[in-house]
Formats: sequence, C-alpha cells, structure tokens
Amino acid sequence: MKNLDIKVEHVTRVEGHGNIVVKVRDGRVEDARLDIVESPRFFEVMLQGRSWQEASWITSRICGICAVTHSTASLKATEDAFGIVPSAQTVLLRKLLLDGEYIQSHVLHVYFLVAPDLLGVGSVVPLAGTHIEVVRMALRLKKLGNDLCALVGGRHVHPVAMKVNGFTSLPEPAGLASARERLVAARADLDATVELFKTLRIPAFTRETEYLSLKGVDEYPLYDGDMMSSDGYVFKPRGYLESIKETVVPPSSAKHVAARRDSYMVGALARFNNNHGLLHKRAKAVADAVGLSAPCHNPFMINVAQLVETVHCVEHAAETIDMLLGSGMSVEVSDVRPIAGRGVGVVEAPRGTLYHDYTYGADGMITGANCIIPTGQNLANIEADMQGILPGLLGGTEADVAQTLKMLVRAYDPCISCATHSIEVVFDRG
Amino acid sequence: MTVRAGVFAFTSCEGCSLITLEVEDRLLEILGRVEFVNFREAIDDKSDDYDIAFIDGAITREHEVGELMKIRERAAILVAMGACAVQGGLYFLKEYHEPGETLAYVYGDKAGQFDTMPVRPVSQYVKVDHSLYGCPIDKREFVEVVTALLSGRRPNIPDYPVCNECRMSENICVFERGLACMGPVTRAGCGAICPSRHVGCFGCRGMVDKPALDQHRAVLTERGLTEEEITARYRMFNGHWGSAHEKP
Repeated sequence: MKNLDIKVEHVTRVEGHGNIVVKVRDGRVEDARLDIVESPRFFEVMLQGRSWQEASWITSRICGICAVTHSTASLKATEDAFGIVPSAQTVLLRKLLLDGEYIQSHVLHVYFLVAPDLLGVGSVVPLAGTHIEVVRMALRLKKLGNDLCALVGGRHVHPVAMKVNGFTSLPEPAGLASARERLVAARADLDATVELFKTLRIPAFTRETEYLSLKGVDEYPLYDGDMMSSDGYVFKPRGYLESIKETVVPPSSAKHVAARRDSYMVGALARFNNNHGLLHKRAKAVADAVGLSAPCHNPFMINVAQLVETVHCVEHAAETIDMLLGSGMSVEVSDVRPIAGRGVGVVEAPRGTLYHDYTYGADGMITGANCIIPTGQNLANIEADMQGILPGLLGGTEADVAQTLKMLVRAYDPCISCATHSIEVVFDRG
Repeated sequence: MTVRAGVFAFTSCEGCSLITLEVEDRLLEILGRVEFVNFREAIDDKSDDYDIAFIDGAITREHEVGELMKIRERAAILVAMGACAVQGGLYFLKEYHEPGETLAYVYGDKAGQFDTMPVRPVSQYVKVDHSLYGCPIDKREFVEVVTALLSGRRPNIPDYPVCNECRMSENICVFERGLACMGPVTRAGCGAICPSRHVGCFGCRGMVDKPALDQHRAVLTERGLTEEEITARYRMFNGHWGSAHEKP
C-alpha cells in the first residue's frame, strides 16, 4: 500500500475524545497523530483563589477514573507547601486507597476495554454473550477495588474522607477484616485471569524508549519517592520543572511532555521496567507465567503489566490491612497551619506519574497551580510508536491498519479528560 | 421490554459515565433490559437510533451545542446525568475569572489560538426530561431512574434537603463540629455521604426546589463564616444556579 489516509474519529473504549490521523505517501509515513479533541476545563484557573481545604475536592474532579490519585497528589502538594509530614496511619490508609483504585482501574481497562480486542469481540456487551464467566470475574474484581475505596475514602469516584494531614473519619476494623478476606479470595479470579492471558496473542512490536516512574526503596512505589528514568538519572519531585518540559506544539497544539529524549513512557510498563524487583512475589510469578520480563519495550505489554500490578495491589492491600489492624487505628489530631509558599505532590496514578504543583498565599488561598497528567506525558510516545509500527503494517488492509492503531492507543489506557484538564488541541482538518 | 440507550459525554471527567458501569451487582441484569448502542467510553457501536440519552457533562463549546441538539431530536427521553449536566457543576468556577486571563494563564502567548464559551447546563439548550443529581451521581439513583423508565413511571427523586437523610443516619450535625454545610438547602438522595464522614456538604446535588437561602446564610454567619467564605461555599457547585437567580 503506497498511499494511505486514516482518520478514526473519537476512538472508542478510551476515556475522553481522541482522533487518530495517519497520512502515508509513496510508502512514507508523513503524519501519524493522536489528536485530542476534548473540551478544555481550566482547572489551574479554577483553583486560584480557593482555599487549601478545597483543593483536593476540586482537583479530584479532573478525572472520574483516577479521582483517588488526584486527591492524593493534591493533598501531598498542600502538605509539601505547609511543611506537614502526615502520620504513618494516614500514609497506610492512602496506600490502601491507591491499591483499591489500581485494582478497579486496571480491571476496567484490561477486561472491559482491551480484552474485547484480544478475544475478537467489539465490546464488553457481546463479551457477556461469548465469555460470561470472564465478565462475572471482572465484575467481582472491579467491585472489590471500588468497595475498598468506598470503605476507606467514602466512595471511589470523588472520595470524601481524604483531607490534608489525615482522614475525616476512619474505616471500621470489621470492614477492613472482611475486605481482607475478599482480597485473599480474589486470588482465584486472578489465577484464572492469568490462564486466560496465557492464551491471548499480544501483538509483537518493540520500540525502546525512556521510562519514567517513581523510584522504590523498600516497596513498589505508587505513593512516594524520587523520580527515576530508565536512562539512569534521578530527580526530586520538587525539581520536576528542570527535568521534564511541557510544550505547546502548533498546529495540533498538544501540550507534549518530554525529558531528555523526544518522548518518554509512564504507566504500568514504565513502573515495571524500573521497579520490577520490588513487586510482591505473587506478582513476580505472574509476570514470569505470562512472559513479561524487564526491560520490556513492547507497548502492547502495558496491559500485561497492568495485570501484574493488579496482583501486586491485591497482595499489598491485604498486607496493609494487616498492618493497620495490627497496630490499631486511632483518631488523630490534624493540625494544619497554612504558610505562604509552593508545594509539589507526585504520585503514580494507574496510567503513570501525576504531578500537582500549588503556590499558596499566607492566608491559605491558592495563587498558582500546575498539574501534569500521565496521558499528556505519554502523547509524544504514543505518536512515536504509531510512526514506528506503521511501516510494518502497510502490507495489510486499511481496516487492519486502523484496528492495530486503535489497539496501540488503547494499550496506553489514555485518560483524555485528564490530559485536557486545561489543554485544548486544535484539530487540523486541512 | 428492552430499550436502546446512549451515554454521551461532553465537558466532564466521565466519572458519571463510569458510575453506570459501577453497578456491578445489577449490571448484567440492566444489560438484559437496556441495550447500550452508543457509549464511546465502553463500546464500539455508534448508533443514532436510541430511545434514552444519558448526558454526562456541561456544555462549554459551540460544537457541543449542535451535537446536544441532534441527540435531543433522536431521543424520546433525555436524562441529564450529574452536576455538570444538571447545573454546570464545578467547571462554572472558571466564570469568576476574566476569560482573557483564563486563556493566557493556560496557553501563554498562544492564547489567541483557543476559545471557550461560558459553562452552561444542558437545560440551557434542550428540554431535559429527568435529572440525575450529584458529583458524581449516586449509583442507586441511576438504577432507580433506569427501573422507573423501563416500567413507565416517574423516577422517585427526593425534593427534601440532605439534613433529612443526615438525621435518619443519626449523625451528629456537622455544624456542631464547627464545619460549614450546604445540607439544609441541598437536594437529598446521596444518603448524606459527606456529613456521615464528618465533611460539610458542598451542595453537589444542587438546591431543593424552594431552598431557605436567607435562613441558611444566617446560620452560617452565626457559625462565624464570613460573607466571602459563604459565597465560596455556594459557588463550589451552584455557581450557575446562583448567577441565574442573582443570589449569591
């Protein structure tokens, strides 16, 4: 195929509105883009003039899927600005919430959005007809993640109990104990999922890139740490502006993010590549069983890494509950005194590293804000993968090319609402 | 009887769309009676033939108005789903900043290439048959609306304040904890989830039909809140409602 024009409007089974645009002339790829056509929402502006108590309430609404992570990054940014170090109990509860969010987000993505491609059906609805047991299993696992978030945070979408330097109320110990039983019981569903994954054919494509994530010390890092690159350098969260750069690139005007190369990857595969040694032993065993080993340069394996992380989070959540119940939880006094200054909160969201950066006045009101979202960081890398995979696809039909590109975009689990929390991308229809 | 339904997201976080999939216990049962034929976040089909349209999100751009009107023409029943769709939601907060400054803050010297229009609820442009309130919507209420529509009755949605549900839960009033709360003027149906967790209500479900605004402001003032603090509380999720009613 010498010439090819593909335009997939509003790619389905992703969060938010994105278009794939491809132009090939005389066998040469002239254009391969993922255009974001989501409406901008101006969160950084909405935050200005609002108080420190409201910041996480507002920024949670950046995303319905990773609301817990946005709340966490927001609270950490405020605590960093005010010089607050939250208690061990608060940190454990936040980590438990992140486990719950990872379980629900990864399960939603792997089963509901990606599996239909790998099993050859259009969506989860026909999947219920052809693979009802898979759907039931997915619903059980997803509900487990949601219930864990509800137990600790009040609810999953836009949690209510998370606050600066603590929690507004604590989960009942009996609730935690019963959640622990369900986590252990979930191993059977996850084992069955692993068997299913062994039978799936993951597209073979590799393109080495730079992988960025938090750097773990004694734990697989989702909640905190320094930032690390697979290229061998580290940087402090507070100094992120010196290490990664956001740029507006006309005419498509996507705010792309890059570090030392033209693009980098964040998310499950980047975390796996950088920190696989710190995974729970059951998660490591799953990685071995499904053929995922570091370093892995196949973006389609992001979904396998998500399964491995789901297993890790199930085990980590059970261990965290043991620690909370073992030490006993207590109502803690949460002292917060606003001071003028800047704070940065960095957390690993299911889709990758999330930065919240606030500047406060002495009255505790926000005067400036910046949020850098995982999907924004992945955009340049997705497009580089599209350019990399296209030459090998040109022997196939246009429909096949489009399908593979949709699967590639979907593999990244893009969260386009998140990425357009403030950015608008003008679609070049020329 | 089965019905054909679409879920359409405009300017939103798609959290409410997601809630429709979070009714895990009832999902297979619902999928047996409701055939989703257009739901970009979850399925590939993009049919224009549907009976019920669920609208997630506020309207903030010109092309969204046109798309919304087309959906209205096609759907027998249109349901506004969540605070953004029902009352403009949190996004209305940007309306308290100068539009030029808003664009410049985000886009810098490239501000001229972008546009945005004032945040408006769905009802500003089309007739809304039913509303699902809240940020996010309550999954039980989603099931209630779906069940009611399937059996041809009106959904049972409360028109009394959050305080009623809060008392039913035997909570200590958050005013006694020294917190500000929108509960007295906000539509119930959330099970008073925030006050039950010792958080003052932010009013995400919008106002009851006849809110006792003066009395509410008086209580907040009595509790030591300044005019600015009260206004900030009212603006959080009810900015558009407040502007439309010139209060506050």
